[in-house]
Amino acid sequence: MFGEYSLGELGSILVMQGFAGLILFSVFLLMALGLAIIFGQMGVINMAHGEFMILGAYMTYLCSHLFEAYLPSLYGGYFFAAMIIAFLAAGALGLLVEWALVRRLYARPLDTLLATWGLSLIMQQAFRSTFGAREVGVELPQWMMGSLNVTGSIEVQINGLFVMGLTLLITAAVAVLLFKSKWGLQVRAVVANRTMSGAVGIDTRRIDRLTFGLGCGIAGVAGSAFTMIGSTGPTAGQLYIVDTFLVVVFGGAQSLLGTVASALSISQSQSALEFFLTGSMAKVLTLLMVIGLLMLRPQGLFVLKVRR
Amino acid sequence: MAATRTDSRSLELIGFALIALLIMVVLPLMLDIFRLNLVGKYLTYAFVAVGLVLCWGHTGILSLGQGVFFGLGGYCMAAFLKLEASSVENTRIQSTPGIPDFMDWNQLTELPFFWVPFKSLPFALIAVVAVPAIAAFILGAAMFKRRVGGVYFAIITQALASVLTILIIGRQGYTGGINGITDLRTLLGWDIRTDNAKYILYFVCCFLLLGIMLLARFVLASKLGRILVATRDQEDRVRFSGYDVANFKIFVFCLASAMAAIGGAMFALQVGFMSPSFVGIVPSIEMVIFCAVGGRHSLVGAVVGTLVVNWGKTLFSESFPELWLFAMGGLFIAVVLAFPRGLAGLVTDQLIPRLPHWRGWTHRQPSPAPAE
Amino acid sequence: MASDTDFLLALENVSVSFDGFKAVNGLNLYIDTGELRVIIGPNGAGKTTVLDLICGRTRVSEGSIKFKNQEITGRKEQEIVRLGIGRKFQTPTIYEDLTVFENLELSLPRGRSVVGALFWKRADEVIQRVHEIAATVFLADHVDRLAATLSHGQKQWLEIGMLLIQDPELLMLDEPVAGMSVSERAKTAELLNQIIKNRSVVVIEHDMKFVESIAHRVTVLHQGKVLAEGNMQRVQSDPKVKEVYLGH
Repeated sequence: MFGEYSLGELGSILVMQGFAGLILFSVFLLMALGLAIIFGQMGVINMAHGEFMILGAYMTYLCSHLFEAYLPSLYGGYFFAAMIIAFLAAGALGLLVEWALVRRLYARPLDTLLATWGLSLIMQQAFRSTFGAREVGVELPQWMMGSLNVTGSIEVQINGLFVMGLTLLITAAVAVLLFKSKWGLQVRAVVANRTMSGAVGIDTRRIDRLTFGLGCGIAGVAGSAFTMIGSTGPTAGQLYIVDTFLVVVFGGAQSLLGTVASALSISQSQSALEFFLTGSMAKVLTLLMVIGLLMLRPQGLFVLKVRR
Repeated sequence: MAATRTDSRSLELIGFALIALLIMVVLPLMLDIFRLNLVGKYLTYAFVAVGLVLCWGHTGILSLGQGVFFGLGGYCMAAFLKLEASSVENTRIQSTPGIPDFMDWNQLTELPFFWVPFKSLPFALIAVVAVPAIAAFILGAAMFKRRVGGVYFAIITQALASVLTILIIGRQGYTGGINGITDLRTLLGWDIRTDNAKYILYFVCCFLLLGIMLLARFVLASKLGRILVATRDQEDRVRFSGYDVANFKIFVFCLASAMAAIGGAMFALQVGFMSPSFVGIVPSIEMVIFCAVGGRHSLVGAVVGTLVVNWGKTLFSESFPELWLFAMGGLFIAVVLAFPRGLAGLVTDQLIPRLPHWRGWTHRQPSPAPAE
Repeated sequence: MASDTDFLLALENVSVSFDGFKAVNGLNLYIDTGELRVIIGPNGAGKTTVLDLICGRTRVSEGSIKFKNQEITGRKEQEIVRLGIGRKFQTPTIYEDLTVFENLELSLPRGRSVVGALFWKRADEVIQRVHEIAATVFLADHVDRLAATLSHGQKQWLEIGMLLIQDPELLMLDEPVAGMSVSERAKTAELLNQIIKNRSVVVIEHDMKFVESIAHRVTVLHQGKVLAEGNMQRVQSDPKVKEVYLGH
């Protein structure tokens, strides 16, 4: 089946396919990060995670229009302002949702799935009523357009590179927060032993709320980054949500490294399979493989062995 | 034994009689055949909801992929009906007469091997129950033997719903794709599209539903039913009482899935088509909410919940379609936060205590919302 | 493979580690038929882990556990239970949504398969046996109550009753008097002395008074190893024990 390609061309295809896989990896990782810290800390899957992301995307869309109208000279940098706004908006909503909804359901993680699913429906309709049912896109700043020619036959899109860089940065920031900050220390303590953490004076409720807000805020930034490579619609959040849930669950509940590794393996196998199969079959096969692996390692890729 | 149990059982019996009266007598007298057929469609979802009462309400296993089993049952039934509708005379104009139209459109020139047995009605009827039950068994055995449960199980079943949808849509030559299997006409020569047939199918659907409710009642009233509740509350203790917990979970999951599948088959018969839009993530989780609204512990509640939510959906989408998602989302949140025991809980906890001479029925303390 | 043994239960050279931390380290423990053994030790000594290992809740990393000279490491919990080992947890672990009667009925070692449970008949002898056990654990007047409505001490007794109806040859109790009032403790001690007549019992306990009131032989665990073993006086006078446990 490869007869019609020369060896050099094959190599280029491989590299480009790998690059496409890396972009998918960035998308998965960005989406999964926020979800993963929430799941790790509270054992709760936020079904509305995709919608928090879309909130970030719409904030970015609004921001680009505001800059265009009022600050055209700074248009090249609107994206950075947009990211901050997206983080704050999604994070604030996250805090609100935690207070109004999630904290009442800690003993019932399965009910949280249903409640946050209800939230996602409401958010979808709110987006549709506010921004219309059609997909919207943002205009990329000049410097993000075009692509880099690495060699004659290999080229990579700058916006794709930008999203990858952003992903690295955000992952690093989360890692630093988790392992260097006081919040991170408390989160790790609560994850290790919630009762004991409460006993030594950690306000576990407050940590939960901060974590939920932070996770949602990261989703907002992810959505903001998303506008660089795709358009935004009210239901776009549903597009990758199943993959994201699997990334988180597959990565193991308590490990940042696990999330990264699982995002990488799922995205790479999917984009590799896409070369041989149709897109939909590649996705089916990847998902089935993940499900199969999960049966072998029910607690995910990386997990601490502790006394139950 | 416990007098209180006997009372809650007679209460359930009354509920059962009322629901039978409602769907078998009141609704058929009140509604025209178009509306009644719609109710019949809703009742097919109630099969799923009753199954969820068993596996979610009583055992604590939340499946967000019951649409998979509803769909498998529906597709098995639809496959038979489609083959019957695709006789050589009916499909003369196709380039390959005698195969379903969507296969012809997708350049298939002969019937795929796994379609061939569906020419037989007995095979199709067995497949309606067997295919989903076997699928549930494989999934359940793999999961429960490895002690995968809770949120993990919910997410994995949801992923499966997504996988099956993608598969059906992607392989349209074999499955009819996104449009599904349409234009179903006759069952062994009997035209299922006439009003008369719709009446008969409606009553068949009611009888089957009442039948599986009785079956579920029998299961819950047996010692096995109490083991399920025990598993939900203290899985470890059940294991240390010498039971193989996984087997019980597999059993109840297969049972719930087979029930969902029968609903799917009745759907195909009454509605005249089957499509992936009843398989995926959204329909699957909606069926959970039907069950939750009615009361996750109550068989009668599950049926009432299904009817109420769907009636509301029809009402809303006729008058204010844009508000429907708000209402549905609000319903999810409200039922989980404020009424975890659903409508059935409202009746047993709020209504009955206010009826003076029924006081005796409230001895049994309402249990708090289950902690999964 | 460990050697043949006459003991009812023999743990030889058993170790388990959690992520590098050895919770139990080369442990040897032998329980005789008809013996009542109390295991004491400071927090983190590995007491509960030892019970977890015996009943199959935690996998042994190394070593052998034999029950009636049968290797039981690697077996599933329910298989070990069916061999005749019963276990009570630290916090009362009962079925709150079922009545006392139903709790005991479920624990009766019959009709344990799916089919057996589905077509289970509540025969007269079953009812009789349940009432008998309920009386033994001081719950004769409460058989029709929901277990959730029992007091803490009653819940502990119910769990002991659930084990008794299993009729195990070896009964393991993890802190059976934790959270009990003084009079409840006395009743529990009496109950234990009655139970022991037909079986072997392993008890983990912190309460020294209670230990003295029931103990035949005491094993002191420290850092996953046996520190001392013998009757109460000998253990209490052991300088090593005084140092790690009783001394402070």
